[in-house]
Amino acid sequence: MAILTGTTCYHCGNDCYTEEHQKDEKSFCCTGCLSVYTILSKSKLGNYYQLNQHPGETQASGNKQFAYLDEPEIIQQLIDYTDEQKTIISLYVPAIHCSSCIWLLEHLYTLHPGILENRVDFLKKQVYIQFNPQQISLRALVELMSSIGYEPLISLQDVVKKNSRQTDNLSKKIAVAGFCFGNVMLLSFPAYFGLSETEAKFGEFFSLLNILFCIPAFFYSGKDYFVNAWQNLKVGVLNIDFPLALGIFVLFVRTIVEYVFNTGHGFADTLTGLVFFLLIGRFMQQKTYYHLSFERDYRSFFPVAVQVLNEDGSEKSVALEKLVQGDRILIKNQEIIPADAILLKGDALIDFSFVTGESLPVSKTLGEIIYAGGRQTGSALELEVIKPVSQSYLTKLWNNEVFQKQESTKIKTFSTKVSHYFSIVLLALAFGTLLFWLPQDWRTGLSAFTAILIIACPCALALSTPFTMSAALSILDKNKFYLKNTDVVEQLAAIDTIVFDKTGTVSIAENQGVIFKGQLNHVTKDIIYAACKNSSHPHSRRICSFLGHRNTVAISHYQELTGKGISAIYDGKEVLIGSRQLVTGQKDGKQEFPEVHIKIGEQYIGFFELKQRFRKDLNQLLSNINKNYHTYLLSGDSNQDAEVLQSYFKSPSHLQFKQSPQDKLNFIKEKQEQKAKVMMIGDGLNDSGALKQSDAGIAVTDHINNFTPGSDAILDGSVLHLLPQFLKFSKSAVKVIHISFGISLTYNIIGLSVAVTGQLSPLFAAILMPLSTVTIISFTSLATHYMAKKHQLS
Amino acid sequence: MSTIFFLIGCSVLVAIVFLLAFLWAQNNGQHTDLYTPSIRILMDDADDKQTTEEQFPASK
Repeated sequence: MAILTGTTCYHCGNDCYTEEHQKDEKSFCCTGCLSVYTILSKSKLGNYYQLNQHPGETQASGNKQFAYLDEPEIIQQLIDYTDEQKTIISLYVPAIHCSSCIWLLEHLYTLHPGILENRVDFLKKQVYIQFNPQQISLRALVELMSSIGYEPLISLQDVVKKNSRQTDNLSKKIAVAGFCFGNVMLLSFPAYFGLSETEAKFGEFFSLLNILFCIPAFFYSGKDYFVNAWQNLKVGVLNIDFPLALGIFVLFVRTIVEYVFNTGHGFADTLTGLVFFLLIGRFMQQKTYYHLSFERDYRSFFPVAVQVLNEDGSEKSVALEKLVQGDRILIKNQEIIPADAILLKGDALIDFSFVTGESLPVSKTLGEIIYAGGRQTGSALELEVIKPVSQSYLTKLWNNEVFQKQESTKIKTFSTKVSHYFSIVLLALAFGTLLFWLPQDWRTGLSAFTAILIIACPCALALSTPFTMSAALSILDKNKFYLKNTDVVEQLAAIDTIVFDKTGTVSIAENQGVIFKGQLNHVTKDIIYAACKNSSHPHSRRICSFLGHRNTVAISHYQELTGKGISAIYDGKEVLIGSRQLVTGQKDGKQEFPEVHIKIGEQYIGFFELKQRFRKDLNQLLSNINKNYHTYLLSGDSNQDAEVLQSYFKSPSHLQFKQSPQDKLNFIKEKQEQKAKVMMIGDGLNDSGALKQSDAGIAVTDHINNFTPGSDAILDGSVLHLLPQFLKFSKSAVKVIHISFGISLTYNIIGLSVAVTGQLSPLFAAILMPLSTVTIISFTSLATHYMAKKHQLS
Repeated sequence: MSTIFFLIGCSVLVAIVFLLAFLWAQNNGQHTDLYTPSIRILMDDADDKQTTEEQFPASK
């Protein structure tokens, strides 16, 4: 059979290696893609292929089991709403990526009459489905979606985020504040331009309207500032909300008093403007990446349920947390072992890369304990649970105190530090002025006292951080570095020690770095490819991608020898591919890298050396950050790469191998006790503890849709080499905040010098407040973008 | 001059109507997904009478 050069799968756009899968003169790369096409063409949903070329995702990987979706208890946790006639569920579908996806998923109802309505939220990659539970079960629905290539990712933790009510309320508050602000501005102008005697009644009417507009701005839009300030006061913290709340309150009271006693125009415009600008600042600070989650723990990685064997041999799906000691569970190929268990039956070849970073699968014998988090590769296993999920070796990490602590223990932001002193100075100044004036004239004293609180209200101060940080965040976002929130920028700037994980972070254990020692001709390449193609072992996969796409030759008697290699018959000759011991009979010596030996017939061909590939520009990256930071490497792996890596670090003692997840956490803690500010860069579940313990935890991922452990930021693996720029940029961003604090303090001092005399006119306040705000907004955005240019970030 | 009172009353009323319209839309969830509708509007409804052949022209 010839390979089809240049033929791509009609469904997913991958190259087709065989002519086997064809229909309606179209080629498909695998049966999965073909069957999706068949379903869609039968249901007249061909428009799917019209909207985009090759809209599908490859269906080559196997199907998953959804039996657990029959369990009422699990269903209950997943759905949003249910009654007799309809059930509503939001499902997270990572495969959503183009308009065809939206079109198809919104036409699901044509595939089954039980589906009533469905709507896609593209950015969140979610589908809201209403279905009739009498006609289609949840399991059938999920299987249907899976069959057309849109398998929802079901996990009990945080995949589907409930729409946060808070953001909605914020925009409503901004709308109300903006409405009040606009109207008050309009009504205040006549007063500033001066009204003649005959127009005096207008002035009174306008003032009354202004007071009415202040009420919603004060009680509805500004409410949060009072609540926050009060809550912080109760725990003895003076943060920026305190002077803000005080300023808003004094503005409101003085406006009302001036109206009632008819002593002035009041500060309605300053009040509403202040609330409006502050809320805008708060809005800027909220940046949500709907497709990313920074809060994941092991529950996102583990399956929702496992198959438990009953005494009579029947299987039943049981939710993970219901699993108890003594349960006998069934783990199939590519499934994750959810709890520490003893192997009862089956050939266990466990891939622990997920837990330890070790790339080689480990074989286990009957009766041995298998720790949770390993992934079985090969045939099905029967295990007996010895510890519940939450007490298992890996998951115990989450019982560590680090995970119980609140976030507040991380680095204090500059604004919190400053506002503490600011509040104290402000109060001292205000009361000092009051005491100074009281003996002479209590009216002037009171007026000066309130004027100080009004003019010193740190509006510009409160805005400089949100505007700088939101600009910084969007710049980092463009460079594929996603931060959890704006505070992370300051955490990054404070770092002096950087700890790297190895596998997945500095190295990629994928299809490169393969070297063949020996002679290979076309025929042997074809034979090896044909044999390895059948195996899902990581080594076989790397060898296949190293060989490229070969002709398919017929091999027979294919057999996987667990933990050793594979054997097959080609043209009457035995083909052996695997460990040194299997192929040559010699003992496995000390190897620098994993080796795969080849023998065809009686002839020994040679061996593949599978080196781990390091990320691009790693050398440059490390020499760059070594200048200003202490760098360390922690690996769960054995020290096979030690020699190569040592040259990148300052001293061999900075590299530590065979580190358990707990060791990594302890290492970070130890460094922190020595007053270091530590950044951890890791990728796997085994780094979770260290990521959480560190002052800034960064998760590295190669596919942004993949799950990453809980962290402060997510970095796309392809831009790891930009890390020095990111760090410098975050320092610059903090510098911008410092300068803008200086600017807003200058405005405050100008205002205060007027306010202490007690002669603050509403017009002066109404001009100064927006002026300082606009200065700060434009300065911070321009300066941040300038800094980005300076550090060569697009 | 007293028309000014009337006119200001009118303008405030109009502004309140717009504010309420915004709040209604917000409560109604019209601003929860700001991206998908922009794609959805570009997609035509498939004509059910179309034959399979029309829908699935052979690939090049």
